[in-house]
Amino acid sequence: MSDISVPLVAADGTPLRKKLAQAMFKSRMRAFGLVLPLLAFIIVAFIIPIISLLWQGVHDPRFASLMPRTTEVLKPGDGKSEPTEKMFKALVADLVATKKDRTIGQVATRVNRELAGARSLFTSSARKAKKLEAPFKQSLIGVNKKWARLDVWQGMKTSSRVFTPGYLAKALDFKLLADGSIVREDKSRRIYVMLLLRTMKISLIVTLSTLVLGYPIAYLLSTLSVRTSNLLLILVLLPFWTSLLVRTTAWIAMLQAQGVMNDLFVLFGLTSDGERFSLIYNQTGTLIAMTHILLPFMILPLYSVMKTIPPSYVRAAKSMGATNATAFRRVYFPQSIPGIGAGAILVFILAIGYYITPALVGGQDGQMISNLIDFHMRKSLNWNFAAALGLVLLVIVMFLFWIYDRVIGIDNMKLG
Amino acid sequence: MNIKSLLIGAAASALLAGALSAGELTVVSWGGAYTKSQVEAYQKPWMAKTGNTILSEDYNGGLSEVKSQVEAGNVTWDIVDVELSDAVRGCDEGLLEPIDPAILPPAPDGTPALKDFIPGAISDCAVANIVWSTIYAYDTTKFATGPTTMADFFDLKKFPGKRGMRKGPKANLEMALAADGVAAKDIYPLLMTPEGVDRAFAKLDTIKDSVVWWEAGAQPPQLLADGEVAMTTAYNGRIFNAVAAENQPFKIVWDGQIFDFDLWVIPKGAPNKDLAMDFLAFSTATKQLAAQASYISYGPARLSSSALVGNYITKPSLAMGPEMPTAPANFKTALQNDSAFWADNQDQLNERFNAWLAQ
Repeated sequence: MSDISVPLVAADGTPLRKKLAQAMFKSRMRAFGLVLPLLAFIIVAFIIPIISLLWQGVHDPRFASLMPRTTEVLKPGDGKSEPTEKMFKALVADLVATKKDRTIGQVATRVNRELAGARSLFTSSARKAKKLEAPFKQSLIGVNKKWARLDVWQGMKTSSRVFTPGYLAKALDFKLLADGSIVREDKSRRIYVMLLLRTMKISLIVTLSTLVLGYPIAYLLSTLSVRTSNLLLILVLLPFWTSLLVRTTAWIAMLQAQGVMNDLFVLFGLTSDGERFSLIYNQTGTLIAMTHILLPFMILPLYSVMKTIPPSYVRAAKSMGATNATAFRRVYFPQSIPGIGAGAILVFILAIGYYITPALVGGQDGQMISNLIDFHMRKSLNWNFAAALGLVLLVIVMFLFWIYDRVIGIDNMKLG
Repeated sequence: MNIKSLLIGAAASALLAGALSAGELTVVSWGGAYTKSQVEAYQKPWMAKTGNTILSEDYNGGLSEVKSQVEAGNVTWDIVDVELSDAVRGCDEGLLEPIDPAILPPAPDGTPALKDFIPGAISDCAVANIVWSTIYAYDTTKFATGPTTMADFFDLKKFPGKRGMRKGPKANLEMALAADGVAAKDIYPLLMTPEGVDRAFAKLDTIKDSVVWWEAGAQPPQLLADGEVAMTTAYNGRIFNAVAAENQPFKIVWDGQIFDFDLWVIPKGAPNKDLAMDFLAFSTATKQLAAQASYISYGPARLSSSALVGNYITKPSLAMGPEMPTAPANFKTALQNDSAFWADNQDQLNERFNAWLAQ
């Protein structure tokens, strides 16, 4: 009775429970201190840049901060009524200010994304804005009659949103209108959903082909003597250590119309010289090159899991009368599933974001979503939209990961 | 070696590298035969004259690197060779240093620089060095009688075989309309209408399945040499180089050529801005621009340079004059790339082109 009401105490009189917590806290802090450098590195070099970039996909304050007066007067409008003199006055004041700060180009670029032709409209009008006098509506339309057009004002209204679903909508082939509604994109401009689906399809095919090709190799590696299997393992790893670009260009030399493979086909009479196969600069080329490049990522996890499967299990199954096929199907295969899971998810996730290989050998129907992200990062300089595409891709990958966890289970994955 | 001495060594070498980099200019251009011509005609004489060193880097065009350097506040490039549309755009967006044309030397006969350059060659933030052009070229071994017009490029019946084209709407839409019978002066006005764009894409549709798309300027001569395509659009200097220096059996068709400037720009906040200005003024002087034309068949952007254009440096019997895009025989149906049109419409047309390509 008394040992319940009176807490246990240590030699110095503090309760034992507290003492224990103190000791635990110290060791936990020490452990935390050890991982702190890595944690800080990951936060600074990985998490913060990713979040700040993805943030741009929904956050675009450029127009609102550079054209504050116009943004203010556009706020109450529904984007459907005629622009008023008050709006023109604010616009002219903003044009003068942005011309002075040399920021008009950024404004023009932003609106041009909503409306082609807005760039020259803004830059040329800003040059003359300083000399304009009231009434501004008349004088600005006098500079360029496009200012009377409603779609110019709608473009500005859409651009003035600081938090905008516009980029995300576009990444899914939808369009944000000035009144805030979202509609399907014109048919001739729909591309991203199709590319996302194609990216999934290519990744899935690559994953399956690496599995089909890699499984027997991994099995062979795990059953051979250490000496031979080490030698073979080096052969698997050798391409792994070679530069990605070198391997991709090697495939170009192999697969092109005048390349090694086609020369062989012609030599063996499988095709004629005039009708060589198109094996590269299309989806076929992307599939072949990606399967080859990602193969080690399938073989290695499979190998390390198969290595741990005791051969005695299969022998035991056979000794009890199972045929080879049954022993494989009911005893060996289930034990190799963690390796398949690990390899498949590794290959699939790498494939989904693949970009150099499709860019080099993909031609027009072998391009993936990452090539368009690259396009908007490097060529069109629309980083907001690139971020939105990246966000969509990230969400899809996480969703697939979640499904994988529900169906197969993350715990069931083994890398070795 | 213990960690301390390693750290000291690293710090010392970092300091040393900092000291050495004074007077080192980073010049960025398109690589290949083009960069080589600039090294010979501009960089080597400038280094000999000023005693500074140049670090020559290659890139693939576009403003993305300049944009990321300027926005991150960590500019490492001093001077960059860009296309006109990028020069205009970069200047508008405040990514480039303004350039005072007063720093440009006059022509040898005293004509001021502003009058000596071809109209449009000097803008607020950029000074042109060359006139280049997008043409198409074919492999002479593939055809008994070769193509001669832009329409022939789109004629798969008369001239069978794969075509190479740059992966982007620029130049391709213009060429498609030219092939469809539109006169050079009507092409851009037509492209400003939705019907004109539809018509250009419809023309491209007729050869879409036979096209191999390229991105870097070095690719088209390679595609031709590999037999991957029978004819391809290309930058004229690349084809010239393949023919003159590598003896490839290629021929340029000048009909419907689209010419453009390449210009020097200086990214905002360039580490050696003053040196870059000096290099820019030096390299666009009459003599240097004329000298470059001996290495590659791009036309000099100064009128006074044309008279000085000599013969090909590695084959002195070959006069460079007739190889220039601006040579009268080549120039009959030439179209100047309209950078204002592209600055306004490239977002929309790129989108449309990408969607068209992926379908």
